[in-house]
Amino acid sequence: MIVLIFVLQTIRIAIPYLLAAAGGVMSERVGVIALGLEGLMLSGAFGAALGSYYGNSPWMGLLGALVAGAVVTVVLAIATLRFKANQVVVGVAINLLVVATTRFFLRLVFDSASNSPRVPGFGGEGISNVLLASFVNPVVWLGLAALPVLGWVLYHTPFGLRVRAVGEKPEAAASLGVAVTSLRFKGLLIAGALASLGGAYLSLDQHQFTDSMTAGRGFIALAAVIFGRWEPVRVAVACVLFAAAETLQIQLQGAQLIPSQFVEMIPYLLTIIALAGVVGRSVAPAALGKTD
Amino acid sequence: MSAAGNTGHSGKRTEPVAEGREHLPRQVSSTAETRALVQATPRVRTDIWEAVLPPLVALCIAAVVGDLLILSFGEAPASVFSLLVKGTWGNAYGIGQVLYKTTTLTCTGLAFALAARAGLFNVGAEGQLAAGGFGAALAGLLLPSGMPALLAIPVCVLVAMFAGAIVGAVPGALRARFGASEVIVTIMLNFIVLALLNWFVSAKLHVPETLHTPAIAAGMVPRLADVFTMFRGSAANFTIVLALLAAVASWWYLFHTRSGYELRAVGLQPDAAEYGGVRVPRVLWVTMALSGALAGLGGVNFVLGYKGYYEDGFAGGAGFLGIAVALVGRNHPFGILGAALLFATLSQGGLAVNAIVPKQLTDILTAVVILAVATAVPEVQKQLRAAAASVSASFHAARRGAPGGTA
Repeated sequence: MIVLIFVLQTIRIAIPYLLAAAGGVMSERVGVIALGLEGLMLSGAFGAALGSYYGNSPWMGLLGALVAGAVVTVVLAIATLRFKANQVVVGVAINLLVVATTRFFLRLVFDSASNSPRVPGFGGEGISNVLLASFVNPVVWLGLAALPVLGWVLYHTPFGLRVRAVGEKPEAAASLGVAVTSLRFKGLLIAGALASLGGAYLSLDQHQFTDSMTAGRGFIALAAVIFGRWEPVRVAVACVLFAAAETLQIQLQGAQLIPSQFVEMIPYLLTIIALAGVVGRSVAPAALGKTD
Repeated sequence: MSAAGNTGHSGKRTEPVAEGREHLPRQVSSTAETRALVQATPRVRTDIWEAVLPPLVALCIAAVVGDLLILSFGEAPASVFSLLVKGTWGNAYGIGQVLYKTTTLTCTGLAFALAARAGLFNVGAEGQLAAGGFGAALAGLLLPSGMPALLAIPVCVLVAMFAGAIVGAVPGALRARFGASEVIVTIMLNFIVLALLNWFVSAKLHVPETLHTPAIAAGMVPRLADVFTMFRGSAANFTIVLALLAAVASWWYLFHTRSGYELRAVGLQPDAAEYGGVRVPRVLWVTMALSGALAGLGGVNFVLGYKGYYEDGFAGGAGFLGIAVALVGRNHPFGILGAALLFATLSQGGLAVNAIVPKQLTDILTAVVILAVATAVPEVQKQLRAAAASVSASFHAARRGAPGGTA
């Protein structure tokens, strides 16, 4: 029983990581550094709360998340693809922009500095077990499917072949007739949609949007992308590992074995170790950050 | 940025490195030789418009976005902006608050710029700033309370800079040794350092019911109000002098010392620098350590100049804002002073207008300025170069007497 609770809890926590990390893989595979994941997630969380509140349905929430995510993605794409701005700078700016903008609109729309009112989420009220109830949520299934599907797309479809070509050798891809910039834009839109759904999961699951509610999850997702060496299945494993560590912490909270702050550090420490080549050399897509 | 943005006419840029090939390596020892070398460095021709135009374009874009947001809140832009000016430069308290915020932003801006000049992205100023503040507090707590300020302040400041330097040196060393992306490592270190400090303050060293350390015993930096009474009540303190000194020192280091020359050489052409005898890995980690030390100095402003203790979360985004400051200041220490004043004004101005529009308005404007500068700089440079090329082409055409010349 305790194992089952652990597994269910881990999956629940892993969902936003899985979705955002899928977006991160997509973005970096087309050559754009995914530093803006945190902002994309937060915009999705806010869009979901907005859509769900006004549309009075979680499905409208998902639509709201996709719209909000698309708006942010377009800004990101214009800056990085059209104007060739430095991707690290743009990523940091996007994160600042979304934090400030969601706070601004939180006050403009809901007249609150900290959170939105309660919004409809995906049911499950009839099920007594809280953990099982969360599996009524279609976003959970979307999250579980995202990385395996992305892996299949990347390695078994013409689109995936083009994506990998554009991320590794854009000149070669261009010479074979691939419209590089347009493909990158499509990739970014997919990435934005996935990451914003990851954010939507958070606000719909908690039935409200709270200020800066993504709390570094975008960066954990980015950590998972690097730790999983840009391979969807490895990335999924990394996400689940990070989520399991978090679950362990929640389960052990009463026991006070290790301070929570140290558990928080695990994904970040593992990423640094991975980057230092201890668990095998991780090689980023060759064109990452060089979209000019 | 400066490196990436200027690859268009790299001919001029690569010259110093190519020239220094025979002379630059470790053999250079006497100061006279060093000076001669530094002076022999051909100056990169900086078009005044390339330096000034992009920030101006960015500010115009930000002003338009700001107007739209204010209108969306149902307020008149003119009255909001006049309130913003009144609450910042309109009275001595406002000026004092702006100067206080300028101090921290100057430090984190310099931190980003120094690394950027070496081709490194230090996105870790937030953690380095917090580590610096914690170091200052720790030193201040451990020193005996009777210690004279002239002795205690330098000790605390040095400990703060040392703490920042360690946090900066780690990603630098990992980049130098393993090629690990300093962008990712500094971001990850931000989380690690902040969590570690949070644990220290919440579990080991705090005043009960709070998230701050006990008051420090020695090393407090005097307030500006102690000398200039008009600043009474504001947080402005003499750390600003340290920040100004840091800007001058960074400028001197970058443009008038051999290590600064090597730093810039690595930023412009790492391979050529390596070939010219520069020990690139050493430059990478030393630069990151210096960058971290500058960010750490920013922590002094809050801990020793304002609160008198370390408080969890005091950095509050000032580390990330340093990126904006450095961008608008074009990675030049004196440009950074101006940019820090601008962003400090926006930040303080947000508080001044908070009663009628959310203070996040100015945070949005800050992000818009970063995005606009990041996009405008390469674009404006491209346009200027295209214009220059077409002028020179038509000039040559006119000289040849060919039809179509406009001269």
